[in-house]
Parts: sequence; C-alpha cells; structure tokens
Amino acid sequence: MTVEVEGLAVRYGSVAAVDGVSFTAAPGAVLALLGPNGAGKTTTVETCEGYRRPSSGAVRVLGLDPVRDHAALTRRMGVMLQSGGVYPGAYPLEMLRLVASFYPSPLSPADLLERLGVPERPAYRRLSGGEKQRLSLALALVGRPAVVFLDEPTAGLDPQARHVTWDVVRGLRTDGVTVVLTTHYMDEAEALADSVVVVDGGRVVASGTVEELTRGADAVTFRAPAGLDLAGLPGAVEEAPGRYRVEGPVTPERVAAVTAWCAARGVLAEDLRTGRRSLEEVFLGLTGRELR
Amino acid sequence: MILAQTLMELRLTLRRGESLLLTLVIPLGLLAFFGTVDVVDVTLDQLVPGIVALAVMSTSMTGLAIATGFERSYGVLKRLGATPLSRTSLMVAKTLSVLAVQALQVALILGLGLLLGWRTSSGARGAILLVLLVALGTAAFAGIGLLMAGTLRAEATLAAANGLYLVLLLVSGMVVPLASLPSGLRTVARLLPSGALVEGLEAALTNDGPLVRSATVLLVWAAVALAAAARSFRWEP
Repeated sequence: MTVEVEGLAVRYGSVAAVDGVSFTAAPGAVLALLGPNGAGKTTTVETCEGYRRPSSGAVRVLGLDPVRDHAALTRRMGVMLQSGGVYPGAYPLEMLRLVASFYPSPLSPADLLERLGVPERPAYRRLSGGEKQRLSLALALVGRPAVVFLDEPTAGLDPQARHVTWDVVRGLRTDGVTVVLTTHYMDEAEALADSVVVVDGGRVVASGTVEELTRGADAVTFRAPAGLDLAGLPGAVEEAPGRYRVEGPVTPERVAAVTAWCAARGVLAEDLRTGRRSLEEVFLGLTGRELR
Repeated sequence: MILAQTLMELRLTLRRGESLLLTLVIPLGLLAFFGTVDVVDVTLDQLVPGIVALAVMSTSMTGLAIATGFERSYGVLKRLGATPLSRTSLMVAKTLSVLAVQALQVALILGLGLLLGWRTSSGARGAILLVLLVALGTAAFAGIGLLMAGTLRAEATLAAANGLYLVLLLVSGMVVPLASLPSGLRTVARLLPSGALVEGLEAALTNDGPLVRSATVLLVWAAVALAAAARSFRWEP
C-alpha cells in the first residue's frame, strides 16, 4: 500500500483533532477524504506529509515514516497546501522553476503552467484565487511525485478550472501516481475517487468505493402532484409535497407496479429513479444536516 | 539547490522597494548627509565604520526578520518544508543572500566614504578584520532577527524589527559617536551587538581600539541569539 494510516490519533492538548482514523491507499489509486469542515481531514493529510506527529497510531507513506524519513519522502511526494505557500512577490514561472530545481527530473515548468492555465507573470499576489490554487497544484506536481496529497484542490474554483483540475487528477491516476485528496464536494469524490473515506469529528464514519457507499436503502422515487392517496402502494411515503419514495428491493416487477399504480390514477411519474442514493444523501445521513 | 534558493532570495530582496530603502538608501543617505553637513560632531573615521555597522544591522537583523516573518505567515516556509530543500539548506541560502547584499552595501559605503575624503591606512589587516567582524555581527543580528521572525506574528515582527533598528541606530555610535553619549549609556552601548560592531570596525579601520572586547561581545550575542532562535523557531504560520 502506498499510504497506510492505522489507528491515527492527533491531539492538540486535550483536543483530539483526529481520533482513531485508519485507511489505506493502493498504488495508483485516488482516495478522497470526505467530511465537513473541522472533521480532521487536513490534520490527517498533514500527518501523512510529516508536518504532525501522531499522538498514537502509525502512518507510513511509500513504506516510509513521514517524520523520521522526511528527507527521503520529500523527493517522491507532492504536496498542495490548502492555501498560501508562495512568496507574494514571486512570479509563477520563477517559483515553479525554483521548486523544480530541487528535484532530479522535474516536469517542464513552462509546459505545466500552460496546461493548468496559469500565467507566467505577474507576481503571485496579483493572481486570481483560482490561479493561485492551480499554481499550488503545479508546485505539487512539478517534481514527478509517486504520491500526491491535495488539500481541497478545487475549493473556490470556477467550473472550468475545476474540470481542468479533475482532468489533472485523472491523468495522475493513469500515470500510476497515488493521490490522496480532501474535499467536501460530493460530486468531486464521485467523479474522481476509487475509494472514499468519510470522516466526521475526527473519526471514520464510513469508507469504501462510491458504489459500496451508495448501495443499500433501495427505493423507487418519483415526482407527481402532491397529496396522492397512497393506499394500494405498499412502502410508499410522500417525503415532501410531490416527492414520493417507495421503499423496498428494486425489482422490475416493483417498477412495473409503481408505474401501473400511477397509470391507474392517471398520474405521470416524473423524474422516476431506482436504487442508488446519491453520495450526498449518504454523507448527510452519516454526518447530519445541521450547520457547523 | 542552495544556489537556486539563494538567487531567489536575492531577487526577492532587490525587488522589494522597502528593502532597498532600508539596506541602501538610508545608510548611504546618512553617510552623505553627516559626511558633508556639520551638524553632529563626528569624523569620517567614526562615521564610516558606524554606517557599515548600520548596513549590516539593516540587512541581517531588520531585513531578514521582516522577510522571514512574512514568509512564515504566508506558509512559504511550511511549503518549502515539503520539498527536498532541507531547513539547513534554506538557512544556508538565506545566509549567503544576506552576505551578498552586505558585500554590495560595504563596497558602496566605502566607495562613498572615499569620495567624501575618508582614508584608511589599515591595509590588508583592516580588510580581513572587517570581514571577520561583519561575519560575527551578521551572526549576532541574524540570531536576533530570526528569534523575532520565528516567534512573533509577522506584523509584530515588522514593528519590533523596525523599532529595535531605530533605537540601536541612535544609541550605538552609528551616527552619534559613542564618546558623545552619557557614560552610563555608553557602557550599555558597548555591550550591545550594534555598539560592539561599531567599536570593532572603528578599531579595525584605524588600528586603534578595543578589538578583542568587541569581538567577544559579538561572539556571545551570536551564540545566545542563534541558540534561542534555533530552539524557539516555529516554521508554520
């Protein structure tokens, strides 16, 4: 396994930011740490990067101890911090060239900037938020790392820039690079991740592939005029006015029964869906709906 | 790796207007003003070593503290920590960059001094002593600067580094000669790194003065300040 986290706890004084997190990322896989703000995602990733020492538990990246073997790890690891990390007065190309010079066989800085749509000038402080994010991504990739940690790589990006970043992550996967990213966007985890680890309050509340996480709690859902009499449709509830949900195993017969029931009442079932919950529903079910 | 980092540090320093003001315009301006206008009773033999000491202090204490403090608050130090550039290499690069700026400062100050009529008969001995004293002074001031940059918020570092600069400029014989200070203040000044550097440089360039004492004071400051900075330095914002 490229990244192994076993029973990780990180405490700041008496507060546990991470409290018993375990997961592994296979070589060439994309793993998403998904969770609300303050769930412990950044602390977990920064422990993998060697910035924090585990209070208990163990972390190994590429078989190395991120703190003790830090020098060896830095040569094969790419890091994108959540923010900052660049001299305000430095030009993007200048900064990327500097960091490239620290690695034995870096990518071409100019090509990388072009691919990510970051201008070579002006100074970092004059770049837009999205350009800063993408320069930070470029800094993580320029050394041809074997494992990459991306902390909220698309936070605050516009849709175009977001898709550029997604394409880059998919490209890394194709090249066999292991990627660990944090996000609180469900669609990002669904679009990119081979495995998802849902964390909340410093603990893992669920993990698996997107398919595994969204399996179960099968149902047929549809929209129709509000207030229908649901007698004769076992397992059916009106979740919200006009939104109906029929719990139970999803079989061809059941779908036929639902549509037949609608047809008998002269009702058109719109937006008819079967089976899977969305990752968003799973996530909100696990972490709760209240704002924090 | 170290060379690339050193050149980056140098480019960034020379690109910042406020650092040029601090490292070049103020020392050269003070030398030109007090070297030509007779408002303070100071000879060029006193003024030139004083301004060299001021230049060393401006670069290795104030400039280094402010730049490093903001690099820490912007997460640059943290980010570089995840690359193969080691902390030792980063500190070596910063040292080399400071020394390069100081070489430029000293050359310009001595050049301007000569234009104003300053002469020295200290020869090669004076030159060697000047280099050694500047190196010791750099270590002492860099220790103080990094102690601030590694422990205070960037804005507090900015204020403290500039405040200390102004106080030391006035009480250390850089412009106003030590001899014209009240005797109590003079004793304190000689135990400060700034006063010791002024005295040492004056001794080196005039072949007359307490060289060993000033070098010892600088050495103690360098050891204490660098050790304190190394112990307390925080790399993250």
